[in-house]
Amino acid sequence: MSGPIHIQPGETFTLNVGPQHPATHGVLRVKMEMDGEYIVKAETVLGYIHRMHELMGENRTYPQVLPNLSRLDYLGALGYTHGHVLAVERAAGIEVPERAEYIRAITVELNRVASHLFWFGAFVMDLGGFTPLMYAIQDREHILDMLEAVTGSRLTYCYYRFGGLYNDIDDDFIAAAKAFIPRMRKSLKKYDALVTGNIIFEKRLKDIGPISAEMCRKYGATGPVARGAGIDFDVRKNEPYSVYPEFDFDIPVYHECDSLARYKVRMEEMEQSLRIVEQGLEKLPDGPIMPAKKPKLIKPPAGDYYQAVETARGSFGIRIVSDGGKNAYRFKLRSPTYSNMSLFDEACEGMMIMDALAMMGSLDLVIPEIDR
Amino acid sequence: MSLTILNVIIAVVIAIGFAALNAAYLVWAERRGAGRIQRRPGPNVNGPLGLLQPLADGIKLMTKQLVIPGGADKALFMVAPVLAMAPAIISFVTIPFSESIVAHSMNIGVLMIFAFASLSGFSILLAGWSSRNKYGMMASVRAVSQNISYEVPMLITVITIVMMTGTMDLKELVAAQSGGIWNWNLIPSLSSPLMPVAFLIFFICSLAETNRAPFDLGEAESELVAGFHTEYGSMGFGLFFMGEYANIVIGASLITILFLGGWGCPLGLFPGVWWFLLKIYMLIFSFIWIRWTFPRTTIYGLLNLSWKILIPISLFNLLLTAGLLKVF
Amino acid sequence: MIKDTVKQALQDLFPDPEPVAEEVVAPAAEGADTDEDKKKPVKKKEEPRVNGVLERDHAEHGYDIDVQLDPGELLAAVMIIDKAGFFLESITGVDWIKEDQLEAVYDFSRYDFDTCRVVIRTRTPRSAPKIPTISKIYPGAGWHERETHDFFGIKFDGHPHLVPLLLPEDADFHPLLKDFKP
Repeated sequence: MSGPIHIQPGETFTLNVGPQHPATHGVLRVKMEMDGEYIVKAETVLGYIHRMHELMGENRTYPQVLPNLSRLDYLGALGYTHGHVLAVERAAGIEVPERAEYIRAITVELNRVASHLFWFGAFVMDLGGFTPLMYAIQDREHILDMLEAVTGSRLTYCYYRFGGLYNDIDDDFIAAAKAFIPRMRKSLKKYDALVTGNIIFEKRLKDIGPISAEMCRKYGATGPVARGAGIDFDVRKNEPYSVYPEFDFDIPVYHECDSLARYKVRMEEMEQSLRIVEQGLEKLPDGPIMPAKKPKLIKPPAGDYYQAVETARGSFGIRIVSDGGKNAYRFKLRSPTYSNMSLFDEACEGMMIMDALAMMGSLDLVIPEIDR
Repeated sequence: MSLTILNVIIAVVIAIGFAALNAAYLVWAERRGAGRIQRRPGPNVNGPLGLLQPLADGIKLMTKQLVIPGGADKALFMVAPVLAMAPAIISFVTIPFSESIVAHSMNIGVLMIFAFASLSGFSILLAGWSSRNKYGMMASVRAVSQNISYEVPMLITVITIVMMTGTMDLKELVAAQSGGIWNWNLIPSLSSPLMPVAFLIFFICSLAETNRAPFDLGEAESELVAGFHTEYGSMGFGLFFMGEYANIVIGASLITILFLGGWGCPLGLFPGVWWFLLKIYMLIFSFIWIRWTFPRTTIYGLLNLSWKILIPISLFNLLLTAGLLKVF
Repeated sequence: MIKDTVKQALQDLFPDPEPVAEEVVAPAAEGADTDEDKKKPVKKKEEPRVNGVLERDHAEHGYDIDVQLDPGELLAAVMIIDKAGFFLESITGVDWIKEDQLEAVYDFSRYDFDTCRVVIRTRTPRSAPKIPTISKIYPGAGWHERETHDFFGIKFDGHPHLVPLLLPEDADFHPLLKDFKP
């Protein structure tokens, strides 16, 4: 545990965690000043896979940018494309048929479960347990297969269109999703029995990596990180969009502020997502998946539009500043892990390196999404 | 005289062969076991059931270039992996597989094994220090503090057993337990009621001494990349790997000899080498099983476990047994 | 409603709120159907928007309060926002090359169910862009300001560590400026 540190000058050494390091799950670099096992000061260095999606958004038309959005977060890509289509629909005033919105919600939630499953496996692997990763990937594979059948891709989806969808779901998808829900519930119980109750696991996470509610506010942390700090914040509830008001689901909130709380939030979110999928399949209305009349060329009127959505990692925001042209004048992506990661430097001071990396795992980082 | 020397040489060669074969095939067993546990096949391409996989791995490791990082202490860098492998092989010399299969029986066999076992901590320290890598250095410091703190409860437990049997000769230790499961040291008796606890302590300590998960803090690949062998490639890495598995065999053999009656049958029938092998491989399987089930502990959790729980309990056991031996 | 209290508090920053309100109403009345027109009188009428507080339709724009102010008043406004318990969503810039100005946009939102998004904009000349840092109030602004500095070259006065974050360490270009040539 972290004790009081009295460092004399010249007693520390610099440790570069990354850009190639197993715990960072990507090309992230944290420059740590270490006193033995303790972190005295940390500085995160970003940008190793910065691709300037915002500039690409400015020199392409709105539909051309659509595939870019799924390259932000390869684990929960649908949530990001959802944000983009919602933002453009808001700006251009495009109506979306109800069926399309339902299918969007169903697929986004399935994708959220897939993303959380992968996080679960990778997080336990960060703590040294390999086996849950394989189990989680197996369950995730079912989701990817389902989504592949309707969207045509497995990770970087480009499924949503302005005003609707590229493809309607078929009976196979509905049957597969209906079969998946009870199987996933069983798996969740198994994960709980296998991992959550494990004494080593609990000892490694309990009271480790405290992130208080005030710290979340100052750094703008959202998503499971904020909910693990006792903040009852979920864009789906606070600022409802799409058809989410139609669904009955809860927001898991834990007040312990530690890594275990963040873990539990995500595990429960999977169950809540399954509930949404279940209700969505039940309520799924018939009808078209694209609006009857839709502008050929999307040219939102001049203005400044903002759209926030809840992705697997937190509140993702898109700001479109339009000058009335077919390209955005300014295309800003507010990525949740960018804000979540920014508090790492402060939070990890005085921690031991293995606790700090466990905390980093509990933030659920996807580096391409931080770097954009 | 010359015959004895020849005997010893043959025995040593067999010991080395046994250790190397075990190391190679335990890697295969570990990977197959991990595969089963993780619902995947594991290596199954080379040969039937992937049995030629260790051979392929060995050839690959041996034909690779050994890269010595710039600024490393060359001599120590080369010595460290050898030092990881050699003590494990030497320890095989004194382990009795059955009444007659033992390379060289010594009356201080237990002491010798522990003396060589502590050398493995030394090799980790040298490896981490000489490779001039911060991760390696941190890992080696961790591993050494771990080795030191787990040798203490381990030795206290051994002292308890030595006190009970009055010998340090491994063969005599087994002979004292012959006759059936009720004579094993594992089973509590009037003079040693806490033996199952001692067994548990010894088992945990063997896991920690051999740097196995959940105590593999010297490797800790998610924090320290690969720990002390970060900079090692080719056969340097291969020797560390083989040393680890040879150490596991030693650990399992020691547990078998000290607690599980060595080559004796649980029912006292047909004692022989097969019982010994059966017992050590069951223990090794449980090592593998544990590795693929539990996450890794923290370094302070590990040290706390040793100094605050295992050492007091084993000391209490020692005192209790000493007192009860006087009474009964 | 937090919206009204914050709006009132921000309104107090401006010495004479009445003319602002008039200015806002006027273009909206002229513009036939679009609310967006009042958002950007700059584009249509080639006259810059006057500093002040505007209330926006959430369904239309995605935020509720839109404040434009001088860089000098930024810290006061952010302090009001901070006191009201908002969290920092993001900071970004917009290059208004025609007006020869750079705009920094600050997004704030709330964790509770009293939904209110506040956007604060401040403009600075393109030739010497300079805005005070808010990283003393919101430490999380540190990264966002560094990013904005990377992309637009806006200097954040008082920022403790204003070095490139997403761009290479030695980058001396600002890719989101409209006159940027790769």
